Amino acid sequence: MNAKVFIKKYTMVIALVIVFVFFTILTGGRLVLAQNVSNLLLQNAYVLVMACGMLLCILTGGNVDLSVGSTLCLSGALAAKLLNIGQPAGVAILVSLAVSVVIGIAQGYLIGYIHIPPFICTLAGMFLFRGLSRVVLSSKTISIMNESYLNLFTSYIQIPGVDENQNCPSAIVIGIVVAVIVAIAFFIGRKNTIAHGNDAGSFAAMLAKLVIIDALIIIYSVKLSQYKGVPVMLIWILAVVLIFAFVTSSTVFGRYFYAVGGNEKATKLSGIDPRRVYFWAYFLMSFLAGFSGLLQSARIGSVDGSMGTSFEMDAIASCFIGGASAYGGSGTVPGVMVGAILLGVINQGMSIYGLSDQWQYVVKGAVLLIAVIFDVVSNHKTGKS
Amino acid sequence: MADYILEMKNITKTWPGVKALDDVNLQVERGEIHALVGENGAGKSTLMNVLSGIIPFGEYTGDIVYNGKTCQFGKIKDSENEGIVVIHQELALIPELTIAENMFLGNERKNKIGKIDWSMTYGQAQEAMKRVGLKESSSVLIKDIGTGKQQLVEIAKALSKNVKLLVLDEPTSSLNEEDSKMLLDMLLRFKEEGMTAIIITHKLNEVAYVADRITVLRDGSTIETMDNPEHNIDEERIIKGMVGREISNRYPSREHKVSDEVAFECKDWTVYHPVYTEKCVDNKISFNVHKGEVVGFSGLQGAGRTELAMSLFGKSYGSHITGHEFINGQEVNLKNERDAIGHGLAYATEDRKVNGLILSDTIARNTTMAKLAKVSKNGILDSQLEHRAAQEYVDAMHTKTPSIDQMVGNLSGGNQQKVLLAKWMFAEPEVLILDEPTRGIDVGAKYEIYCIINEMVAQGKAVIMISSELPELLGMCDRIYVMNEGEMAGEFTAEEATQEKIMSAILSKNRAQQGGN
Repeated sequence: MNAKVFIKKYTMVIALVIVFVFFTILTGGRLVLAQNVSNLLLQNAYVLVMACGMLLCILTGGNVDLSVGSTLCLSGALAAKLLNIGQPAGVAILVSLAVSVVIGIAQGYLIGYIHIPPFICTLAGMFLFRGLSRVVLSSKTISIMNESYLNLFTSYIQIPGVDENQNCPSAIVIGIVVAVIVAIAFFIGRKNTIAHGNDAGSFAAMLAKLVIIDALIIIYSVKLSQYKGVPVMLIWILAVVLIFAFVTSSTVFGRYFYAVGGNEKATKLSGIDPRRVYFWAYFLMSFLAGFSGLLQSARIGSVDGSMGTSFEMDAIASCFIGGASAYGGSGTVPGVMVGAILLGVINQGMSIYGLSDQWQYVVKGAVLLIAVIFDVVSNHKTGKS
Repeated sequence: MADYILEMKNITKTWPGVKALDDVNLQVERGEIHALVGENGAGKSTLMNVLSGIIPFGEYTGDIVYNGKTCQFGKIKDSENEGIVVIHQELALIPELTIAENMFLGNERKNKIGKIDWSMTYGQAQEAMKRVGLKESSSVLIKDIGTGKQQLVEIAKALSKNVKLLVLDEPTSSLNEEDSKMLLDMLLRFKEEGMTAIIITHKLNEVAYVADRITVLRDGSTIETMDNPEHNIDEERIIKGMVGREISNRYPSREHKVSDEVAFECKDWTVYHPVYTEKCVDNKISFNVHKGEVVGFSGLQGAGRTELAMSLFGKSYGSHITGHEFINGQEVNLKNERDAIGHGLAYATEDRKVNGLILSDTIARNTTMAKLAKVSKNGILDSQLEHRAAQEYVDAMHTKTPSIDQMVGNLSGGNQQKVLLAKWMFAEPEVLILDEPTRGIDVGAKYEIYCIINEMVAQGKAVIMISSELPELLGMCDRIYVMNEGEMAGEFTAEEATQEKIMSAILSKNRAQQGGN
């Protein structure tokens, strides 16, 4: 792999590294304090989770779901309201998720089977669910006091007697275990590829990649160990991301999303029903939005009627920055995660540095534009468009 | 010395990693029709892109001498100002605009302050259309006229630009024989009027008919230029130059082992248009195909062949479909495409780019698309298995590609067609419907596709082949059905079928209808 191909393949990873180093220097190293590293993903939990669903929508042909910020709010509002009137955490969670499932079925059906343009259908949803959230909240802010609800999403894994807030060796142990599992997966995958007589690429390249990934995992876990340990929310995020990464890359179901976005007519003639594919994209998106509502409400500890405003845009921006095609048919979950984290680093870096909100929007917009311009131009040069 | 309107000297064009043109020379005499032939990927279109300025000066090396002076075209407008107009294979017309609006697009007839002069626009359009024999009103929308007429609009558009050198890239690839003939005769007429033309085509009979001289390109190099003063050049002679070898037989021979068992049959199949639901596109069609048989479908465009095939393939076209469909003697009711594939039916579309392939996806992923169950377990894909399967088909079909991870959009037409066929062979059908399987691909690739078809029937499968090229049907089929305007107009066995008989079957139907009216 020569330098050009390498840069093209890992553009956004390289951009992430540069931005990260830039803000580390700018903030005098405060960006890499344990607490900030730990918070980076948690603060952006909703983006990471919803970007997975948004990717499915975008894959089907550059379609987006504008309603997810409102769905997130409605889900959080219902949970907060139910907890507030004394319902147990389980009931609140189930009702919230059930409502997001109903929203998903409705939007998925309208878009997939009735052929309502996704932009319009979800724009309507955006107003509708925002309004309903305010109705549920009676336009007030509701605090969440239920301990078991909060613990389920916002606690940290700490072994009593071993771990304490500034020193949690359990996080390092977990980190090492994960690093070993990743290494084993790498080697098994390579062995399989070679056993089937397919080209596995150079061993050195694989090793380099593995070392970098494992080093990052270890460093991250060390940072976590210095601040309260492994957050439970991280596990929720990872669960969603890993499931969606697997589904999109390795299942027949996942392949359908790429096929519909690549060429809907050809997909239909290949015996795949595009209506079902649209349905599932919007269904899963709404479900993840509902789930994010739970995460976000627990993290903030209260819900008001403006929660989740413009979150849909963060999810959409992550996808495009992460290399999803604006025309559908291409994009990966790992890529989208890099896009989401890049946005997160910029946000956090600027907050720590003390730049105001307004400027964060300016930078976000610029990054999105540059990423898409780069994508279009580099594809044009290689003759793809 | 001959009077050359155009000389392209030592043109070399390199794409990253590939030499598309290698020291190509082309000399076109004033007032002649010059044919440019070669296999797909030989560099014909690239050469014309250099000429028109799509590939601007500086991105290639070599000289273009036009009317005696060296030209450096930086964009299409530059070459058009000199009277060079290229009509591309994919027509550049906007369906929602009228003929006249399309004709003067980017070249509008307007007054001093920039207001478009519509009466001049429509009037001049009508005049240009008269020259190409179009009787439509210039205010008809492009989408409401057929492909053949759209092609004529493109030519009229070129005429309106005061064209001196007209380049036509595969002008007849989507036309039926009648329309093709009309177009070629028109070119000959323009030649009489002094226009020079370069025509790129895969149809060698057209080359022989229309061209004064023929230049053969192969693998990005000029091979030879042949004279064709009598318009009777031997097609085999051209083929020899194109492929660098003599294809002793353009249709591979095969043992005809047609089984008595009927693999597929349909009775009284009637289909109406999906949008204009009162319009009948197929009227009570009945036909059958045996195991181990290649059955051809001939007819003009709009005869309802594609519509018939698609409606049989899980009702993927049409409305109010009635009739009976039998697979292996069992009546089936195919609800959708998935159902059809499940019953062992496959339909390889005539339009591989629009309906067949995902151009932005890899060969491997396209190959397995119609039957992902074969490379997955419980819905989880086995990418190793997928890669191996795709590689097998690439090897078996001699698909030219650096790897199966190559994007299909980067392949040449012939290789794309092979991927499309591989996709449907991978689905393991019992009955394979091939709609124009060799459209727009070169002679060498055609031969290979014929071989693949023969292999399939040798395995006892049934093949239904829809084609607009009569020689191909005669060369390949055991039986040929002829359709006309949604009705069955005739059926011939291989022994009794000739081009004349088939054409007359089509025409007699027309005459009968006219008589009836």
